[in-house]
Amino acid sequence: MFDWISWNVVLAVIAAFVKAFVVVNALLVAFAYMTLTERKVMGRMQVRYGPNRVGPFGLLQPIADGIKLAFKEDVTPSQANIWVHTIAPIMALVPALIIFAVIPIGPSLLIADQPWTWYIANINVSYLYVTAVASLGVYGLVLAGWASNNKYSLLGGLRASAQMISYELAQAAAALTVVILAGSINLYEIVEQQNRSLIPYALYLPVGLVAFAVYLIAGVAETNRAPFDLPEAEGELGAGFHTEYSGFKWSMFFMAEYVNMVNVSAIAIVLFLGGWWPAVPYLGETVAGIVGPIFFLLKLALFMFFFIWLRSTLPRLRFDRLMGLGWKVLFPVALVNLMVTAVIVALWPTGVWPFI
Amino acid sequence: MAYVELKAPPKPSNAVEEALADFSAIAKGLGVTLRHMFVKPVTMQYPEERPELPARHRGRHELERHENGLERCVGCELCALACPAKAIFVEGAENPPDAPVSIGERYAKTWIVNMIRCIFCGFCVEACPTEAVQLKRVFELADYTRESMIYTKEMLLAPAPKKEPEDSWLPGFLPEAAKQ
Repeated sequence: MFDWISWNVVLAVIAAFVKAFVVVNALLVAFAYMTLTERKVMGRMQVRYGPNRVGPFGLLQPIADGIKLAFKEDVTPSQANIWVHTIAPIMALVPALIIFAVIPIGPSLLIADQPWTWYIANINVSYLYVTAVASLGVYGLVLAGWASNNKYSLLGGLRASAQMISYELAQAAAALTVVILAGSINLYEIVEQQNRSLIPYALYLPVGLVAFAVYLIAGVAETNRAPFDLPEAEGELGAGFHTEYSGFKWSMFFMAEYVNMVNVSAIAIVLFLGGWWPAVPYLGETVAGIVGPIFFLLKLALFMFFFIWLRSTLPRLRFDRLMGLGWKVLFPVALVNLMVTAVIVALWPTGVWPFI
Repeated sequence: MAYVELKAPPKPSNAVEEALADFSAIAKGLGVTLRHMFVKPVTMQYPEERPELPARHRGRHELERHENGLERCVGCELCALACPAKAIFVEGAENPPDAPVSIGERYAKTWIVNMIRCIFCGFCVEACPTEAVQLKRVFELADYTRESMIYTKEMLLAPAPKKEPEDSWLPGFLPEAAKQ
């Protein structure tokens, strides 16, 4: 009856489910410990210790925080739109979680003649998928701001939409530079391409480096992190779009922010830093297949530290400055960079280092 | 008077210079935070580490004694009168002639301070003619009930000296209670 289902397909589906389960849980654990790391690193930068009371070195602090948030009263304002108010945090969190499906964290290899892949899905348009899903995240913030029936929340939501749509352009233009260089929109293929040419795209001077810088700045803005955390500017807007949220719904916004940080960093690593780069050309297929993800995670940790470092250093931008930076600086720079890349690739398709 | 000449950085003349100035400012800021990561935190790990308070710290009251163990307080109520927060209540009584509590004619039968009201101004210390009231370095006064914040004379009295001082100018009699 089910002859058309081959055993391999069933296995692949089960493997995908297991991987998805592992990845989602890993992301949420990473979120929990990111909060602790952030508080500790920021504490040290401010010449204090940060949380160190719950468990050894405060390592159980995220668990205590989670229990506290889960048991807090979940207040919905009486005049709020109850359905949208409830759905908005889910709409912010789910896109953040599903982006990781297409991110390859290590090279494919054969383990006992069975193929093993370090991604959940390898689709031909994976970067398109990433941009599409990442743009959905803004709905969560806007709807949260609107459904709260609070002027500050609404302003925060509006800021979120304006900011994220503006910076998506620069981010996409920077990423397109890499797409032109690699000749592919498949993230796995982009990493493979960098490993074949032995240098990551961030070192393709000058276009790669410029694109990387633009992508990084736009990425910080996309995740609503300091110094671009205008949507939740507590000085002006209470807490912005999540002013009226508490308890578990609030913590979902919190999760979405941190998981988005992981996503932006992971995509930056894939596009510009060669993913598992030093592993593949130098360590050999099998070793790289196992050590590769470690290189990827090390780079991810560096990015996370960078995000925290920025937050503890830079003050928040004024809103018109933010828009000016996005539209008058980053977007034109990314566009010119894209055009220069296109011209270079058209003139020297086989590549001339240091340009290509 | 010596003045420090503060020079404003030169105004950037074009957009490129301005951008470079901005980036160098950001890099400078990032350097400051990175450097401070390796500075020893100034935090005092309180229950394990304890602060070295200055000698004249104004904490909880203490009722002092003379060297021979007799109380300094003579129940004059000047501290209660001086207290701007009306935190102190004193009730004086005649000293029993056979077993005097203080060296004067009178002593404080009750001496109560309400630590919810006390503002630690130290006026009671200044008002005291016999230097009986002192504010000491006890600072851990938090508690759960209003009742427990009222400190009575028994709680505030300084411990009696272990033995009789050898060269005291005071009359050499010790009450039985102070000897123990």
